[in-house]
Amino acid sequence: MRSREVAKEHVTNKKQTRTPAATTTPVMDGESINRALRRIAHEIVERNPQLTSVVLVGIPSRGVEIARRISGIIESLGNPPIEIGVIDVSMHRDDVGTRAELPRVQASRLPLPLEEKTVVIVDDVFFTGRTARAAMDALSSFGRPARIQLAALIDRGHRELPIRVDYVGKNLPTAPGERVRLRLQNVDKEPDAVWLVKEGKA
Amino acid sequence: MTDQSKSEMRWQRKDLLGIRELSVEEIIFILDTADAFKEVGTREIKKVPALRGKSLVNFFVEPSTRTRTSFEIAAIRLSADVINISASASSLTKGETLKDTAKILEAYHADIIVLRHSSSGAPQFLAERLRSSIINAGDGAHEHPTQALLDLYTIREKRGAVAGLHVVIIGDILFSRVARSNIFGLLKLGARVTLVGPSTLVPREFEKLGVTVSHNIDEVLPTADVVNLLRIQHERQRKEYFPGVGEYIRLFGLTKDRAKLLKSDCLIMHPGPINRGVEIDSELADGEKSVILDQVTNGLAIRMAVLYLCGGIATP
Repeated sequence: MRSREVAKEHVTNKKQTRTPAATTTPVMDGESINRALRRIAHEIVERNPQLTSVVLVGIPSRGVEIARRISGIIESLGNPPIEIGVIDVSMHRDDVGTRAELPRVQASRLPLPLEEKTVVIVDDVFFTGRTARAAMDALSSFGRPARIQLAALIDRGHRELPIRVDYVGKNLPTAPGERVRLRLQNVDKEPDAVWLVKEGKA
Repeated sequence: MTDQSKSEMRWQRKDLLGIRELSVEEIIFILDTADAFKEVGTREIKKVPALRGKSLVNFFVEPSTRTRTSFEIAAIRLSADVINISASASSLTKGETLKDTAKILEAYHADIIVLRHSSSGAPQFLAERLRSSIINAGDGAHEHPTQALLDLYTIREKRGAVAGLHVVIIGDILFSRVARSNIFGLLKLGARVTLVGPSTLVPREFEKLGVTVSHNIDEVLPTADVVNLLRIQHERQRKEYFPGVGEYIRLFGLTKDRAKLLKSDCLIMHPGPINRGVEIDSELADGEKSVILDQVTNGLAIRMAVLYLCGGIATP
């Protein structure tokens, strides 16, 4: 995969939210998120001449929202509607039994059969690669797609598995201790935005 | 990886001992998780690696085929390894105490112990002493939480919500852990509950729990949204509680004639095994109001959810 230089985002809101515990730096606003998703949509169209066989499958909950938006953009470019689905990876993770608490599992919904389909797995923030691995494992229990590709709004690096992402909205270099905070209107009931959060030392 | 909003609930229990101690949020969380696991049953490959490498011991000191099989299938679908121990095969019959038996199970590194026991409180006794996750599969006349959860799940699935419904539980309430767990769960989720049966099996004391007690089934059926029929437990009955099968059917059996009193969308439930012709007329058990087989299928999803949640968190 060619590495793409991403121009530094012009952040209109220069104000930094400071709390004693953490430093929060704005990284993307609604407009730049929208631009990144349009770029991903264009690349999916370019790389898949058989667009009708493409399925966008989101990882809950923000990946599902991102898949929905990309599908909408692709259709607005004059293409036929792209099917979307949901793949929950909780049951396929490799860290079961190591966490003190478990998040909510959601039901997967996929347009079946997957054979002959190109499945684009859509996540919000691509990090270690373990979620993508779990998603690929989960997909295989529904069938055997012709090919699987990966899309993410943000790639923050620090891969722990030999997995690369095919469509990136923004490459965001991060330190291991930092967190990426993403908010999307339809999921979080807050305006679209991305921040980088540095945990402060108490 | 992004941070999660703090308001989102997360599961933190290693044991499921009863419905009474669960919050409304925890009950809803289990039902929602079961939704996801029900979907697994529709996949081409009906098995997920969630509990791979974990071992589960089905420890049934009281006989049960149905519940044990349901837990066993649920565990297999989660990729756990399953060992079944029944009362007759266990050392309990040779005089070993429950605590000693449990210590043996722990020494085998059992991650999850599903316990059915004739003594109320046996699961709690183990949970307080073992690192393993303990799942109560029925203890004495105390609780049978997974049965209540699958009943709540089935009601929610068929009627959209539990709150506001009138649920009528008929039969042997006094000895029934199914009834107790159901009462706790139904009241927490906002249902109105009426218990019906002979005064020896449905004493007025139950009203302290917040339910209505009636000894006249024909007065109650017309307003029921759900009728849950409990099995008359011949094996537990002492004669003084129970007049006779013929008289029970005449006074409390759900006969075809009585079923005409029911609303058209009323659900008929039964935890099984059914005594056809006693609690319920055979035709009604197979009729369109009956959701008895849905309960069985949903039981798998509920038990997968419970095993995944309790068995999937880190133990201290």
